[in-house]
Amino acid sequence: ADVEESSKPLFAGLSDISISEDIPVEGDISVPIGSQNADNDLSTLDEPVKDTIMRDLRAVGQKFVHVMYPKKSSALLRDWDLWGPLLLCVTLALMLQGGSADSEEDGRPQFAEVFVIIWFGSVIITLNSKLLGGTISFFQSLCVLGYCILPLTVAMIVCRIVLLGSSGGISFAVRLIVVTASFGWSTFASTAFLADSQPANRKALVVYPVFLFYFVIGWMILTFSPSR
Amino acid sequence: MSEPQGSKNTNTEPWGGFDDNIIQGSNSAVIDMENMDDTSGSSFEDMGEMHQSMKEEEAVAAEAEATEEDTGEDGEFLGMKGLKGQLGRQVADEVWQAGKRQASKAFNLYGNIDILRPYFDVEPIQVRSRLIESLIPVRVINFPQKVAGELYGPLMLVFTMVAILLHGMKTSDTVIREGTLMGTAIGTCFGYWLGVSSFIYFIAYICNAQITMLQMLSLLGYGLFGHCVVLFITYNVHFHSLFYLLWLAIGGLSTLRMVAVLISRTVGQTPRLILCGTLAALHMLFLLYLHFAYHKMVEGILDTLEGPNIPPIQRVARDVSVVANTVVNATIKTIAAIVQTQ
Repeated sequence: ADVEESSKPLFAGLSDISISEDIPVEGDISVPIGSQNADNDLSTLDEPVKDTIMRDLRAVGQKFVHVMYPKKSSALLRDWDLWGPLLLCVTLALMLQGGSADSEEDGRPQFAEVFVIIWFGSVIITLNSKLLGGTISFFQSLCVLGYCILPLTVAMIVCRIVLLGSSGGISFAVRLIVVTASFGWSTFASTAFLADSQPANRKALVVYPVFLFYFVIGWMILTFSPSR
Repeated sequence: MSEPQGSKNTNTEPWGGFDDNIIQGSNSAVIDMENMDDTSGSSFEDMGEMHQSMKEEEAVAAEAEATEEDTGEDGEFLGMKGLKGQLGRQVADEVWQAGKRQASKAFNLYGNIDILRPYFDVEPIQVRSRLIESLIPVRVINFPQKVAGELYGPLMLVFTMVAILLHGMKTSDTVIREGTLMGTAIGTCFGYWLGVSSFIYFIAYICNAQITMLQMLSLLGYGLFGHCVVLFITYNVHFHSLFYLLWLAIGGLSTLRMVAVLISRTVGQTPRLILCGTLAALHMLFLLYLHFAYHKMVEGILDTLEGPNIPPIQRVARDVSVVANTVVNATIKTIAAIVQTQ
């Protein structure tokens, strides 16, 4: 009711106002030149491609170093990216392609199978650690698991070099040692990052699937044999 | 505009009540069946789902209220002028809202992994004790035995069995079909766990056994622990008699445990017989299948490992030709000698 009473004089007065040229309208409309501050983050579109690639490569390389020397740093978790895992996954899958004496459709693990196993294994481990009450996010966990495949990829390269020489019992022993060491390294590196985000008494429950995952990948590497 | 408020009050029944989309009229005319739960409304997963969908209904009803008020005012304000454009826009808006509601409902119902969270709430000690208990048959069968409804242990055991199967298949370099073997291993293990659980749950439903799907999944999953142990031992030590012994001993123990739990939850002789006979047969035969399906490959590999460099067929052919040559030469010489002496 109060609102209606005070609005009546307002509405009543509106009909008397007419806009004429007598009332000066002046002011200053100008756009400050410094408003391009908001564009600074988006201006990476204008930089040369070399800069973009080098920046990303440097970030990936830095994370590789973190994996090879797993200290308790949070760099891997803070700025996660999936370039490194993609690179490693593709390299591993390509190298596992190389040799099949009988080149029928059922030869070595196909590229797609290695890819699918690595990515779906990572997804399942991530879901498992989240369901067990982990505080790590989905993509951070994928990032860590993907980067920790690096030792196994190095082992794959070493195995291929060893297989170039001989393929007898000694080479098998050497390959076994190399793959076992790198598998242990991978598991240790990933638990150094993942286990911190779990409640203390459940670390074993999270480490076990990671162990299985790298075991399967290690087994694929160990039983790889090139064609003649 | 008082109808949407009325819809909130009628959802007071414990089982969720009927959905009042019919009364509102502007939404879909279909009764939402997912709130009318008919089976065990007291089990945890059903209550969780119901609460979820009830929360969603409230949020969605509040949203629908707000949008209806807005679009109602717009319609009245414009009057006849922009009727066609406004109507078209309104219809499109309604369709979009309805689609978004359905999609978000479906996603929150099925894509929410928090539904599974209670089933993973275990400690390592619990998992260890349950693994060992899965090989110990219970004695008391006239009282329903407790079955832990947990999915972490069974899931890890299935993955372990996949890894053991892969290890068993790859014992030599000459294994062909390695790529598809991986898919076969995963398919076999998961197919057994999920398929046989569902099948036994269905038979249990027919035979009036008191067991839920989750408990059946958990029971069968832990029963795979015995299989894992047997396969792990026999893929490394290839003795037929050892396998049969382990098959009967460990396979039998884990089967007996599952059978005892099921018997304790079933009434009547015939249902018990049907249920437990089926489960025992499937469980034992699966272990037999897993061993023998990859056994021929193992034997074949053992043969080829003896002569890695010489393909056997060529060797035999060469020997035959050498033997034949020497025989022919010898006969010609003897014939020549005989002819000469004569």
